[in-house]
Amino acid sequence: MSTTSSSAVTLASINPKVLKCEYAVCGEIVSHAQLLQEDLKAKPGSYSFDEIVYCNIGNPQSLGQPPVTFFREVLALCDHPSILDRDETHALFSADAIARATEILDVIPARAAGGYSSSQGTKGLREVIAAGIASRDGYPCNADDIFLTDGASSAVRMMMQLLISSEKDGIMCPIPLCPLYSASIALQGGFLVPYCLDETTGWGLETSELRKQFEDAHSKGITVKALVVINPGNPTGQVLEEENQRQIIEFCKKESLVILADEVYQDNIYVEEKKFNSFKKIVRSMGFCDKDISLVSFHSASKGFYGECGQRGGYMEAIGFSYAVREHNYKLACVNHCCPVMSGQILASLIMNPPKPGDESYESFSIERDGILSSLARRAKALEDAFNSIEGVTCNKAEGAMYLFPRIHLPKKAIEAAKAANSLPDAFYAHRLLDATGIVVVPGSGFGQVPGTWHVRCSILPQEDKIPGIISRFKAFHESFMQEFQD
Amino acid sequence: MPPKPLDYESLNENVKKVAYAVRGELYLRASELQKEGKKIIFTNVGNPHALGQKPLTFPRQVVALCQAPFLLEDPNVALLFPADAIARAKHYLSMTSGGLGAYSDSRGLPGIRNEIAEFIKRRDGYPSDPELIFLTDGASKGVMQMLNSIIRNDRDGILVPVPQYPLYSATISLYGGSLVPYYLEEEENWGLDLDNVKKSVATARANGITIRAMVIINPGNPTGQCLSEANLKEILLFCYRENLVLLADEVYQQNIYQDERPFISARKILLDMGPPISKEVQLVSFHTVSKGYWGECGQRGGYFEMTNLSPQTVDEIYKVASVSLSPNVPGQIFLGLMVNPPKPGDISYLKYSAESKAVLDSLRRRAHIMTDGFNSCKNVVCNFTEGAMYSFPQIRLPPKAIEAAKKAGKAPDVFYCLKLLEATGISTVPGSGFGQKDGVFHLRTTILPAEQDMPAIMASFKKFNDEFMEQYENYRGFSRI
Repeated sequence: MSTTSSSAVTLASINPKVLKCEYAVCGEIVSHAQLLQEDLKAKPGSYSFDEIVYCNIGNPQSLGQPPVTFFREVLALCDHPSILDRDETHALFSADAIARATEILDVIPARAAGGYSSSQGTKGLREVIAAGIASRDGYPCNADDIFLTDGASSAVRMMMQLLISSEKDGIMCPIPLCPLYSASIALQGGFLVPYCLDETTGWGLETSELRKQFEDAHSKGITVKALVVINPGNPTGQVLEEENQRQIIEFCKKESLVILADEVYQDNIYVEEKKFNSFKKIVRSMGFCDKDISLVSFHSASKGFYGECGQRGGYMEAIGFSYAVREHNYKLACVNHCCPVMSGQILASLIMNPPKPGDESYESFSIERDGILSSLARRAKALEDAFNSIEGVTCNKAEGAMYLFPRIHLPKKAIEAAKAANSLPDAFYAHRLLDATGIVVVPGSGFGQVPGTWHVRCSILPQEDKIPGIISRFKAFHESFMQEFQD
Repeated sequence: MPPKPLDYESLNENVKKVAYAVRGELYLRASELQKEGKKIIFTNVGNPHALGQKPLTFPRQVVALCQAPFLLEDPNVALLFPADAIARAKHYLSMTSGGLGAYSDSRGLPGIRNEIAEFIKRRDGYPSDPELIFLTDGASKGVMQMLNSIIRNDRDGILVPVPQYPLYSATISLYGGSLVPYYLEEEENWGLDLDNVKKSVATARANGITIRAMVIINPGNPTGQCLSEANLKEILLFCYRENLVLLADEVYQQNIYQDERPFISARKILLDMGPPISKEVQLVSFHTVSKGYWGECGQRGGYFEMTNLSPQTVDEIYKVASVSLSPNVPGQIFLGLMVNPPKPGDISYLKYSAESKAVLDSLRRRAHIMTDGFNSCKNVVCNFTEGAMYSFPQIRLPPKAIEAAKKAGKAPDVFYCLKLLEATGISTVPGSGFGQKDGVFHLRTTILPAEQDMPAIMASFKKFNDEFMEQYENYRGFSRI
């Protein structure tokens, strides 16, 4: 007879890879925040802050960022195409949105946005994306190299499924690292080979470090299969120099590693002196073709200035794959999701083919885009300066992406208190920060850091008018925390 | 020269083992022919809108408004959208924290999960806990998540009905588990005989397999049969005794074409059975917006409901869900609308129920047209499609045809289906993609082509089939089981 302890699916009998997987961005700190939020609702005024500010996750629209109007017009029309040919529609929608929706529906079989598309994503939309990539990079792009997915995260998971057969299969990842990668590798049962970014040089990436870690892994019997590079970086925000990218490519070519280039923040660059160069562009500019190197580049509708996280739009462009591998990738796509969500597919095509000068919506579109991007740049600077002005906190510039990753120099007493509370020091700090200010950040240990250093990741996404308040509450908390735990 | 990481030899072995016929050889060949200009009737996937079924109006109005909330402020919005759609859009937007573009809770918006819990309560007569309902991008993702949580190694076996929807076999391969097939009885209208299940379990255990879970698909895919109350009871009792988690794929619960066996959820039967069974048997139930009379496959809206899983297990499943951040929000709203449709008195109610009824009535008629059409061929035996969206006729192939198939290097049913495709443009899925007994051949087609096209399609099939039989045999001597 079954009893609860011998039930089929318990903690004791669940897949151990599931147990091993961690995802700090949505971890303990968030559960704590949610409890506080409920408490705040039930007993307003009982805390020194009146709202929880979620700086733990890159979720712009949840913090008040408006969607791009043109994109939403097109999506609404694709959702409800029966109004496309009604006169009243022109009173509510811009003419170019109506035209674009019509164009999109024309490439969807049976004009049925509610039908399954090809598992790789609707061909006509992939063609639009390919054209957008070609125009961005100046090199041709093949629509068949593109796999649309439910957010870039799904594409990352697919690649891990393809690459990892056993715990001897290694994937090189930057530390600090977006925990999607550590979690996906753990779920697939592979081996994470860390390479450290150098905090003292603005999170610089040295090929000597790549070589060192590669050889170390090799000596442990690990077959290193791929190298993850996040550009612009998450959580670190640095934008790679072209020369750096070339060195990485040379290294991967030499060691036959697949490059997994996470480029989801390509539209989030805040410093004049840096610009985004896709790995595809650099690979091609070095004269490398498909037989020379395998590269998978990820992009997403969740970030940039469009911030459409909830729509789950994303894609990967995979070059340098043999036909046999491409077939398996296709098969995986079929099994994993039947087809990617249609609204996400449409968004991806809009992002790679936005309104152009001369289009009716171009002016309002560029005002919206520039408004959001310049605001993000200001917020990145304001928070960076604020962190650096605090004694005991140092913070590298956020050249891009959506986060700051300040280093908090924690006194010994604080570290001991954390230990006593059975908590990692940065988690201890983050929970205390939350209790005192309502600000939710993610402890750096969720991303990896050099042992003995402590960080938190804070997004730059709260609306601009909230930033001064956040800064002053953070400063006040930090001062009192340091006073409490000073050596 | 060592193999490169993405050379074929280095690929994850489990990926190589995966087979997924629904979009396999036949589909690819059909796509090629389509490119060459041939008219193809795609009956390989349950994809209603692609075959002309119109989306229901109300949900599309609501989601369009949610995508473009600035419309709600526009004085002209009432020209195009009825008041209840406007109100409902506001209702769903208020559930989000930032509209459709913000990640929701990784389990889905609490408001939608509440609506689903209410629906389940109305349907089954028992309360349902929204905390145990997780939304996913399509039910398939939920199935994969659960199997991933259950399968630890290649000795973990999952009981799967044969014929089955190949998501199960593919996923089990991908996660390195063991598929333990139990055969449905074609002669008993694809009935589930528990003795078959017990036999399969015994064989698997003798081979060192630990049976962890049992999958039921109700109504069945590709077989369409609806499980009786008695069937469900004995299955639940069996899971109780053998300590198995029951995975109840109920995505076709709205697609029922006979009146003798209406849909009853596994959960209702479980709770009807009372303690200790009702408190012990672990059950996960799956549902979707892709089927029913909604057919919104491209929106990727699905959910699973967990019963009798421990809070710690639920937490682990939540954790894995959080790695994917959140299910797509428009799909979640479709789910909410499906479980909470317009009610009598609502402005859109009459149109909504007329549209829904039209689709369902037509599906029922098409189920009959197709079954009868197949049965009118001497070498074809087809069980009636009691539910779901497919027809799964048995094609009795003469020995010469089987030989010809062998010569062509193809399985006999693949050979037949390819010939059918080339001759008529009808793209089906060979039965081998779903599993069948040795020497017995089927194909799966959907009942989704437009009703007015059905007679012509069935005539075209019959013409092809009779010519095929002429070519490979006279009507004596077909292969029997």
